[in-house]
Amino acid sequence: MDYSSKINDSIKSVKPSGIRKFFDIVNEMDNVISLSIGEPDFKTPWHIRKAGIDSLEMGRTWYTPNRGFAQLREEISNYMKRKCNLTYSADSEVVVTVGGSEAIDIAIRCLVGKGDEVLIPQPSFVCYEPLTIMAQATPVIIETKMENNFRLTVDDIKDKLTENTKLLILPFPNNPTGAIMEKKDLEAIAKLVEEHDLMVLSDEIYSELTYGGKNHISFASIEGMKERTIVINGFSKSYAMTGWRLGFACGPKEIVEMMTKLHQFCIMSAPTTAQYAAIEALKNGDDDIAYMRDQYDMRRRLVVGSLNKMGLTCFEPEGAFYCFPCIKSTGLTSEEFCTKLLHAKHVALVPGSAFGECGEGYVRLSYSYSLKHLKKALTLIEEFLKEL
Amino acid sequence: MDKLLKILSENSAYTTAQLALMLNEPEDYIKAQIKEYEDSGVIRGYQAMVNWDSVPDAGVMAIIELKVTPQKEKGFDEIAEKVMMFDEVSSVYLMAGGYDLALVVKGDTIQDVSAFVAKKLSALEGIVSTATHFMLKRYKEGSVALVDVEEPTDGREMIV
Ligand SMILES: Cc1ncc(COP(=O)(O)O)c(C=O)c1O
Repeated sequence: MDYSSKINDSIKSVKPSGIRKFFDIVNEMDNVISLSIGEPDFKTPWHIRKAGIDSLEMGRTWYTPNRGFAQLREEISNYMKRKCNLTYSADSEVVVTVGGSEAIDIAIRCLVGKGDEVLIPQPSFVCYEPLTIMAQATPVIIETKMENNFRLTVDDIKDKLTENTKLLILPFPNNPTGAIMEKKDLEAIAKLVEEHDLMVLSDEIYSELTYGGKNHISFASIEGMKERTIVINGFSKSYAMTGWRLGFACGPKEIVEMMTKLHQFCIMSAPTTAQYAAIEALKNGDDDIAYMRDQYDMRRRLVVGSLNKMGLTCFEPEGAFYCFPCIKSTGLTSEEFCTKLLHAKHVALVPGSAFGECGEGYVRLSYSYSLKHLKKALTLIEEFLKEL
Repeated sequence: MDKLLKILSENSAYTTAQLALMLNEPEDYIKAQIKEYEDSGVIRGYQAMVNWDSVPDAGVMAIIELKVTPQKEKGFDEIAEKVMMFDEVSSVYLMAGGYDLALVVKGDTIQDVSAFVAKKLSALEGIVSTATHFMLKRYKEGSVALVDVEEPTDGREMIV
């Protein structure tokens, strides 16, 4: 049968993930030392797991309300107040989703459609462009640059604005660059957002992982921006809860209402056990976050310092758990660099080009690994560079 | 707890340059700090963590419980200090609970260890009783797993 004619044109036009080919090779090799994984190496803290287990033992295995448990939304609302000094109504301005991923999807689908343009800074997490295409809207890529510390600048945006621009994605702290945005950077963008009457999807999933005393600032906390911003966050990165699949969105009630409607029809409700665990995480998990952040920070300094000493210029990442060294000095493309490193030393990194064309010339290295593992991998990378 | 000590106690094989990066301190400071720990006796030495179970003819190990009569002036210290002088003894601890001193003892054979207990240890003044437990297998020592269990990261398969 000719399935091609049976399949939706939008999904056909979505490019397959660029790293597939590379990781098909990785998966066939033995003894690979990987620095490619984008999730915490920590297990979910025990007291949080226990809350999930307890709920199962009590037989609490039903759906939850569409928006998520009221108590969880209450805790999310407290969390946003405590961390960002933002007030969201637990009843109408919060929706609990299947990871930040679902929240991003339903936010984009509720905000844009045919004829609308969505500004997507790259290098960035891989989902924004395909989800925009699936919403029939047009992705417009903005390249962030190493000389700007991979921050998004007003000038970068201005070049890409048209009368059809409707939504700006703000992916900070950033995967894969580790860039963050400071208050002054956000304020400059806020002005432009206001002038051009844009909406903003701020993916703040790494909000708890910032370093060097620079606390995360939510775009919604910039004056006038709360009414224009959907904040996406979740439990995956901050509480090491990737497999539980739980996230949330906060925003103006008219939009959260629409997102909840969509969520209700495509998901029903986010995982019940995970919601019980998440209540415990928000209530008693601040120390766990601090501990893990401290560990990541130690690894970050070791990795960045070592890479710079080896001659791989590495912009100092201030958030998430990635660094994004420039490999242009080797004369190789990112994919060549990663392939050679893999064959020569069995170390796996992710080519920067997987995160957008402008990631070419860079590689992503995740430091979400034990110090022992990182040390071993760094020694091998150093050997590789000397032998090049 | 001091972060430098914690790191070194888990793995002493970092260079001072690496420690300086990890702790965000100048390398000279790290060097001075380590020297101070060494001079003041906080750091007593550095060892490789060997899994003796995987070394042929590595001998046997036993844990020995000792009940002793404390001496007048020095309490348990005097006898503990005598016990620790034997080369066969690799660790000595004063315990609260069912007995007084716990020893870890190494020997080439079970007979060696038995002979040590019978002839040397029991002969010391103040020893009331001994109970010897031979070790069969090591699973974890000094926070390091000695059997190959799956690393916690091994379950991760998603790249991005
Ligand atoms: C920037 C960014 N946003 C969102 C997600 C999705 O996370 P989750 O769906 O687990 O909440 C990820 C995961 O890697 C990410 O890196």
